[in-house]
Amino acid sequence: MESIVQSLISGIVVGSIYALIALGFVLIYKSTAVINFAQGELLMFGAYVCLTLVVALKIPFWIAFAGTLMAAALLGLLLEKLFLRPMIGEPIISIIMLTIGLASLLQGGIHVVWGSETMVYPAIFPAEPLRFGPIVVSQVYLYSIFFAVVCLVLFNFFFRFSSSGIAMRAVANDQQAAQSMGISIKKIFAIAWAIAAVVAGVGGILIGNINGVNTSLSSFGLKVFPAVILGGLDSIPGAILGGFIIGMLEAISGIYLDPIFEGGSKEVVPFIVLVVVLMIKPYGLFGTEEIEKI
Amino acid sequence: MAIKCGVFKTTYEDDEAIWQTKVAKFWLALLLIALIAFPFVFQDSRYLLYVANSVLIAVIAAIGLNILTGFTGQISLGHGAFMGVGAYASGYLMTQLGMPFIVCVVAAGCVTAIIGMIFGIPSLRLKGLYLAIATLAAQVILEFVFVRWRAVTGGSQGMLVPPASIGTFSFNGDFKFYFLALAFTVLAVLLAKNIIRTKPGRAFMAIRDRYISAEIIGVPLFQYKLLSFGISSFFAGVAGSLWAHYIGIITPEHFNVLISIQYLSMIIIGGLGSIYGTIMGAVFMTLLPEILRFISGLFSNQYPILVNIFGAIREGVFGLVIILFLIFEPDGLAARWKTIKNYWKLWPFSY
Repeated sequence: MESIVQSLISGIVVGSIYALIALGFVLIYKSTAVINFAQGELLMFGAYVCLTLVVALKIPFWIAFAGTLMAAALLGLLLEKLFLRPMIGEPIISIIMLTIGLASLLQGGIHVVWGSETMVYPAIFPAEPLRFGPIVVSQVYLYSIFFAVVCLVLFNFFFRFSSSGIAMRAVANDQQAAQSMGISIKKIFAIAWAIAAVVAGVGGILIGNINGVNTSLSSFGLKVFPAVILGGLDSIPGAILGGFIIGMLEAISGIYLDPIFEGGSKEVVPFIVLVVVLMIKPYGLFGTEEIEKI
Repeated sequence: MAIKCGVFKTTYEDDEAIWQTKVAKFWLALLLIALIAFPFVFQDSRYLLYVANSVLIAVIAAIGLNILTGFTGQISLGHGAFMGVGAYASGYLMTQLGMPFIVCVVAAGCVTAIIGMIFGIPSLRLKGLYLAIATLAAQVILEFVFVRWRAVTGGSQGMLVPPASIGTFSFNGDFKFYFLALAFTVLAVLLAKNIIRTKPGRAFMAIRDRYISAEIIGVPLFQYKLLSFGISSFFAGVAGSLWAHYIGIITPEHFNVLISIQYLSMIIIGGLGSIYGTIMGAVFMTLLPEILRFISGLFSNQYPILVNIFGAIREGVFGLVIILFLIFEPDGLAARWKTIKNYWKLWPFSY
């Protein structure tokens, strides 16, 4: 029983990272209708930048954290300006392929700069685990859940109350109407990419603290698809819930299915869920259904 | 040499011919001779022959993907895994059931076509990016099967496959295999070129251009989408089978999502909905890493670090090439070729 609770907790931690990436993903999709295959690379970028600031430049973690977020935002702005803007109005397959190319470019660039060996963060969070009765939880886990929840709540408020957030929702809803109300669509697109890069960066720093940093971190970018499809591609609460559900599902399948398949079921179970969701309810739990009219 | 300045066809046969002018036929014959002469000239260089064989196999698989994505408009991120299905099916049939090579290739194509059609079923309800994600799931699930279904696939240790042979003649080694691959490639090109001129081919294009209109004029969408998945996977299966019998050992890494992406990039760089473009794209994308390897080899004395980070450079350049093509030449090499050809056709009075 304890081991199940234990792995459920780690499932929730991983789920919170998925939720963060999914949030950025949905944000880009919602406001710019671009499917971003490079989300995992944005996460990796955040993890490496923060690691370099902390280890090589010996900057205190909190300042490095803020610096990383700024760097991530800049990268997001740059990517949007250089690569995505010329693609406005192109067919879906070109845009999908462009973000795949972007993923490859970023992956190669990161590999050239930082190499392929796994690097480890110095102990930033207290190493002593907390005990709740028989269950032991390391503090890194609690911190990462805490950060993820803070991020998610912050962005929820951002979309609800700030004028930029409301403008973004307006653009997502109807580009023409938003433009005629004086909202700059270019600005919104840029903000969406910046925010997506920032939340992915936060996710990268958190997962880097738990697992260490190497180039395989980008596989998180593919795991985001089951989460967002389950939650609905254009729903922010859906993405968050989907992220947590997929994280826990992986943990559970790790317990019950790995003995049967000799490991590896974590990789495939989310995608089987994805296919089932697509077959039964293609627009996910909270996504808006597209109704085609002739 | 007559210059083409109008349509002067007097028979239906002329009108339906694939290669319409004598000039085209002449260049085609020259190309064929060059392709056949190639291995005799470079008989000693195993490396060049290996690259040539890889190119030929890539052309077959890429043509399959272009029928699905370029002509029918259904995005597939699972083409690499479908190639894997063909490779494993062919290897299993030959090693476990002792079937001859020709039967194995055709059977591998058919098995892959069936698997492809199964994973194509969601295309009834899904379009565009949803379908892309569904095929991504197919890729992940098939890869899992390759690794875990040890009884058939040999798991991550891989499966040993004997070389291809017809009768008692064995196509072992790069030199002999080249002719087999060339024959299959020519067949595949002709087959694809003809498929798109038949009723199903026209239906595919109607679905791509506007599926609602296609349905209204009486094209059964589901049937033709499935057919397209089937044909595309058949090509992938044949290519996978050839690859298996060429390399001799198949492991799951040969068929991961990166391969699927590579094939998508081939048809995008070559030109969606163009057979010639596909060939150019497949040649270009297979040669690109080899050219990069050559260049980095030139500089490796001055900068020895290049050897270590070569993989990273290759990946980065791969991404960059895709991006540059999408931004500056979205219609691919085929369109660029046409522009150049038209320029010279009317030269020097291009206005």
